[in-house]
Amino acid sequence: MSHGNFEGYGGRHVPDLLQEPLEQLAAAYDEVSATDEFRAELDSYLEEFAGRPTPLYHARNLSERYGAEIYLKREDLLHGGAHKINNCLGQALLAKKAGRTRLIAETGAGQHGTATAMVGALLGLETEIYMGKKDVRRQGMNVFRMRLMGAEVNEVTRGNEGLADAVDAALEDFAENIDDTHYLVGSVVGPDPFPRMVRDFQSVIGREAREQFQERTGELPDAAVACVGGGSNAIGLFHAFRDDDVAFYGAEGGGEGSDSKRHAAPLARGTDDVIHGMKTRVIDEDVEVHSVSAGLDYPGVGPEHAMFRAVGRCEYTGITDEEALAAFRELSETEGIIPALESSHAVARAIQLAEDGEHDTILVNLSGRGDKDMETAAEKFDF
Amino acid sequence: MSRERRAKRDSRNERAVSDRGERSARSASSGKRVATDGGTDSDIERAIRETHPALIAYITAGDPTLEETKAYVEALDRGGADLIELGLPFSEPIAEGPTIQAAINRSLEAGTTPDSFFELVDGLDVEAPLLVMTYYNMILQYGSEPAVEPFVERAAAAGLAGIIVPDLPAEESEPLREACENHGLDLVFIVAPTTDGERLETIMSQVSGFAYVQARLGTTGARADVSGATHDSLARLSEYSVPKAVGFGVSEGDHAAEIVEAGADGVIVGSALVDLIAEADEPAAALEAKAEELKRGAMRGAEDVPEPEQP
Repeated sequence: MSHGNFEGYGGRHVPDLLQEPLEQLAAAYDEVSATDEFRAELDSYLEEFAGRPTPLYHARNLSERYGAEIYLKREDLLHGGAHKINNCLGQALLAKKAGRTRLIAETGAGQHGTATAMVGALLGLETEIYMGKKDVRRQGMNVFRMRLMGAEVNEVTRGNEGLADAVDAALEDFAENIDDTHYLVGSVVGPDPFPRMVRDFQSVIGREAREQFQERTGELPDAAVACVGGGSNAIGLFHAFRDDDVAFYGAEGGGEGSDSKRHAAPLARGTDDVIHGMKTRVIDEDVEVHSVSAGLDYPGVGPEHAMFRAVGRCEYTGITDEEALAAFRELSETEGIIPALESSHAVARAIQLAEDGEHDTILVNLSGRGDKDMETAAEKFDF
Repeated sequence: MSRERRAKRDSRNERAVSDRGERSARSASSGKRVATDGGTDSDIERAIRETHPALIAYITAGDPTLEETKAYVEALDRGGADLIELGLPFSEPIAEGPTIQAAINRSLEAGTTPDSFFELVDGLDVEAPLLVMTYYNMILQYGSEPAVEPFVERAAAAGLAGIIVPDLPAEESEPLREACENHGLDLVFIVAPTTDGERLETIMSQVSGFAYVQARLGTTGARADVSGATHDSLARLSEYSVPKAVGFGVSEGDHAAEIVEAGADGVIVGSALVDLIAEADEPAAALEAKAEELKRGAMRGAEDVPEPEQP
C-alpha cells in the first residue's frame, strides 16, 4: 500500500508521528472538498477576496516580435500578487472545517508567508510563520506585511538560518501541535496529501485558462508553459489540459546553467531521491541549489512533475538567471507588465519556443508580479 | 571486525548474566535457544534481553569530528551503554529537535560522509552492538544507482547490527527490509504515540531488533519529565514480543527508572548526551558518567523494591 503515488514518486516518507495527522488530513480533504458547500464557499472567496477569474491576455507586442501567438494567464493580478492565494484559501478553509484553529507555514522570500497571513486574518485563524533569520533580514517589507495582518513571524536562528531550517522549525511545531494546528504547505511538495491537494486547489488556473482560450480562439493552445520551483503554478495550469493534445513545457531555475554546479533544475538535471517526505527528483549531491529567483530556489520538485518527466508528458528545461532577467526586462518593455522573476523563467521559455517556430499558439502562466523583485533587478540593470 | 566484536560481546553478556540474577539469566537462556535453533537471529534483540534493562545511547557521528566520536563511543561503552546508535548526518532531517539538528550541522561542517562514517565504524572496537540512524535519502544515494543494497552491504561489512530510518514508512520498507535480512541486520521502526490500529500492526510485523517507542508528541530533545504517553504506548505494545525501548526526552537516571518500571525493555538517550558533547569540558568523561547514571537508573526501575538512594 502506498499513498498518493505518481508512478512511484510521491508517498508519505515521514516519521511515524506524522503519519496519523496526514492520514486525518487526507480523509478530511477527501470528505470536505467534495461537498457543494465547501466548493461554493471557496469559490466565493476566490472571486470576492482573491480576484478570480484572472484575465487571459493576448500579448500582441511580444507575439509580433517572436512570431507565435503568446497568451498570458494573469495570475499576477490576484490579491497578494501571485497564484499562492488559490492554495492558501483552499487549505485554510479546509483546516477551519476540520476544526483546526491555528495555521503554521514556512516561508523563504516571504510570499507564501504573506499569503498565509492574509487567509489567517480572513478566516480568524491564529497564524504563525517560520522564516529563517537570514530571510527575515533580507525581506523586511514582507515581515512587516505579515505582522500587520496579525501573524506571528518566528525568526529561525538554527542551522543556516534559511528556508530549510524554517521547514524544520515548522515541522517541529506541527509534530507538537497536531491536535489544533494545520501546516499550510505552499507548493505541490511534501508528503501525501499535499501534492494532490495543492494541485487541486491550483487547478482553477488551468480550468479558467482552458475555457478562456477556447472562447477567444475556438481552439486549445498548442503549448502551455510555466515555471517550476516546487511546481504548483505549473501543475495548476497543466492539470486541465492533461488529456488534451497540448505540449507542456516546464521552466526550471537554471541558475548558472543546468550543466553547472549551481542551479535549481532537478528535472533537467538530477536524480531520484527522497526529500521532505516525498520520493521525487532532486539536484545532484555536488550541486549547490541556486536561482536568481527565491521562489525557484529549491533542491527538489513536486512528485507529479517527476512523474510527468518520467513518462514524457512534459519537457523540462533549466532557464539560466541571465535568460530569466532578459525576459523580465523584455516583458516589462514590450507589454508594460513586470513579471515576477519566477514567472520570467516561463516567459523566457515561451520566447525560445516561439523562436523555434514549432508551436503557433503558446499559453504562459504569468504566476506572479515583479514588485517584490525590484531590488534584485535594480542591482542587475544599470539605468 | 564484526566477528571479533560479537565474540567480545558474548563474553560480556555472560558476565552480565552471572551479575544480574534470575531475570537476565532467563532471557539469556531464551536467547541461546534461538541461537541453537540455527538462525543467528538478532544481535540487537539478544543484547537487549541479556543486558535487560538495556541502555541505548545515541550520538551523532562526526560531532564535532569522527576522531572524537570514536573516543565518545568507547566512553559510552565503558559507562554501560548496551547498544549505541550512531547518527549519520543528512542535510534535510525531519522532526529532529534543535539539539540533534545542531549536532548534525556540526558533523556536516566537519565533512562527515557515508564513506568516512563507515571507516569510523570499521575502526571501532567496542562491546555494544552498533546501529546507524539515518534518513532514507542517505541509504538510496550510497552507490552509483539509487538503491538500498550497497549501503546495507557496506553497513554489514563495517559490523553494524541494525538500521533506523525515521522517514521510512513501514508500508514502503520492503526493499530495505529484504536487504537487511540478506545481510543479517535489524531494521528498527519508530512507534509514535499516535500510531495505532492497522498502522501499528504493519509496523510491528516489519520491525526487528526492538521497537523504538517515541515517548511523546513532538521532536527529539531532552525534557524535564516522563510523558504519560509512554505508559499508554507501552500498554498498546504489550502483546508484541519484540523488545520495546523508549526514547525522546529521556535525560536522567530517574526517567530511565520510571520508563523501565512502566514496562520498557530499554531506554534510549540521545539529546542529553549530545548536549554533553557540545558543552562539557571533558565530554568523554561526562558521557561515561552519564551512561553510568542512566544505566543505574534503568536497573533501579527493574527492581521490584526500589534501591536505596545513591549517596
